[in-house]
Amino acid sequence: MTKVLDPTNEATPTDIPRVARPESLEGLTVGLLDISKPRGDRFLDRIEERLVERGLRVERFRKPTFTKPAPVDLRHEIATKCDVVIEALAD
Amino acid sequence: MSLHQSVALPEGLVAVVKQDCPTCELVVPVLEQLANQTGLTVFSQDDPDFPAAIGNKRFDEDLSISWHHTIETVPTLLSVENGKETARTVGWSRSHWESISGVSDLGTELPDQRPGCGSLSVDPSLAADLELRFGGLNFSARRVEFAALEDTHEALYDRGWTDGLPVIPPSEARVLAMLRGTSRSPDEVVATVPPDLAPCTVEKVAINAVMAGCRPEYLPVVLAAVEAVCTETFNMHGLLATTMPHAPVLVVNGPIADEIGMNSGNNALGQGNRANSTIGRALQLVIRNVGGGRPGEVDRAAFGSPAKVGFCFAERESDSPWPPVSTMYGFEPGTNTVLAFPGEAPRNLVDQLSRDPDSLARTYAVNLISIQHPKLVLGFDAILAVAPDHSRVFGEAGWSREQLAERITELTVRPGSELIRGAGAIPEGIPEAMKDLDLPKFRPNGLHIVHCGGAAGLFSAIIGGWVNGDMGSNPVCVEITP
Repeated sequence: MTKVLDPTNEATPTDIPRVARPESLEGLTVGLLDISKPRGDRFLDRIEERLVERGLRVERFRKPTFTKPAPVDLRHEIATKCDVVIEALAD
Repeated sequence: MSLHQSVALPEGLVAVVKQDCPTCELVVPVLEQLANQTGLTVFSQDDPDFPAAIGNKRFDEDLSISWHHTIETVPTLLSVENGKETARTVGWSRSHWESISGVSDLGTELPDQRPGCGSLSVDPSLAADLELRFGGLNFSARRVEFAALEDTHEALYDRGWTDGLPVIPPSEARVLAMLRGTSRSPDEVVATVPPDLAPCTVEKVAINAVMAGCRPEYLPVVLAAVEAVCTETFNMHGLLATTMPHAPVLVVNGPIADEIGMNSGNNALGQGNRANSTIGRALQLVIRNVGGGRPGEVDRAAFGSPAKVGFCFAERESDSPWPPVSTMYGFEPGTNTVLAFPGEAPRNLVDQLSRDPDSLARTYAVNLISIQHPKLVLGFDAILAVAPDHSRVFGEAGWSREQLAERITELTVRPGSELIRGAGAIPEGIPEAMKDLDLPKFRPNGLHIVHCGGAAGLFSAIIGGWVNGDMGSNPVCVEITP
């Protein structure tokens, strides 16, 4: 029998279930998160046009850089203001 | 401290010996003399029948007596009164043995003195096991047992703990030996490792260093490297998550590089040197195992590169025309440091004809311009590794590192009109708004000139950087502490 020491962080991840997808966007606020990748804004501009045409409320957000996780304050702001969020990973 | 009964010493005179020690053989007549005159208990470390002529002897088979009483040399003669050691001498010295035993004319046919031999309890091949058994050290890490019929190497791979190459199984004895390489406490938190943002202790670094194949004396370098990359400035999360192929490239400066046998000469960026090969690998295993950073998961590299297995080398300081590269970060020459640079695999650069510094600088400039894309400027740093056949030219001309970096940077300046999107029929490039600017390839201090490589070969090497600055990563240089 060989006995070794565990090289991992031994963490047990907590599963946080996603919010259920809404049946319809009617009356909801849609967040559009630009991660600052080049041309991601073009994609989001078009999405915004389409959503506004349908009479939806849209909030725009932008990460300072795509190379780092979104700052916790930004994540909190999005969660507070929006019902759903669309993130653009365009290049 | 009261010792458990089983490791308490008997009253009176006690000798600890081993048969495989000429001095112990030498003093056998003295032991007999003492056994007859005062009474004596002999503990033998290696042979239960040694010494044959002594009746009152015990076999210290598990070395528990020797370990608990800190026997470092055999023979050791001790005097015990009321359960406490009152006197001790090591090796053979007639005067000391007479003084402790109170018996005169001991071993008159023997020389006056003779040094002893090393105790088995401090034998390097046994010491770690003994400390594990008797030392009461408690590892925090979970113990994982593999069944007798499991192949250990396959089991380690199946658990996802390796980089695809075999690893050394991190047994308790090996991790304990690794921890001897640092004075830092095993439970000290070294860094918070991305992407899982897991607190990482010295012990966890040691476990991964064992797996990578490090020797204990490399551990301080690995610890410093972990600290360097797990900073906001270096942005290990981004470097791991990027679709680009970059990874931490480690450059070691200071006397520790020679002390631990690192390679800064022939094939410094290649295989064959244990320290170079395993230090960078240990860092990558920490990112993988403690941080949870695995290819195809948070690691989204499109290509990756051999640098992601581990990339570490030392600067060739001994005959460098320049002070150590760590001086760019304010360290005094002679300081042990590790520079973490977000880089990719190296590529060679040939100039066998230039014999003056300016023409060599031109060769460097035209090659360095191509990092990532010739039309992308200021966004990427680089390491320029200069081998002795090239560095000699700068040394003889009296060019400092700063002067060379400045000249190269100047030679890379091009009009923005050639670099903007669409110029040269290539959509890639800098924004149109910059068309009237004259732009160099590198930002100030973006170029890191490092002396290394073998003594023959009119070459240098380029290690291209990842996105620099607050948007990406900045190189980080930290001191290596024992």
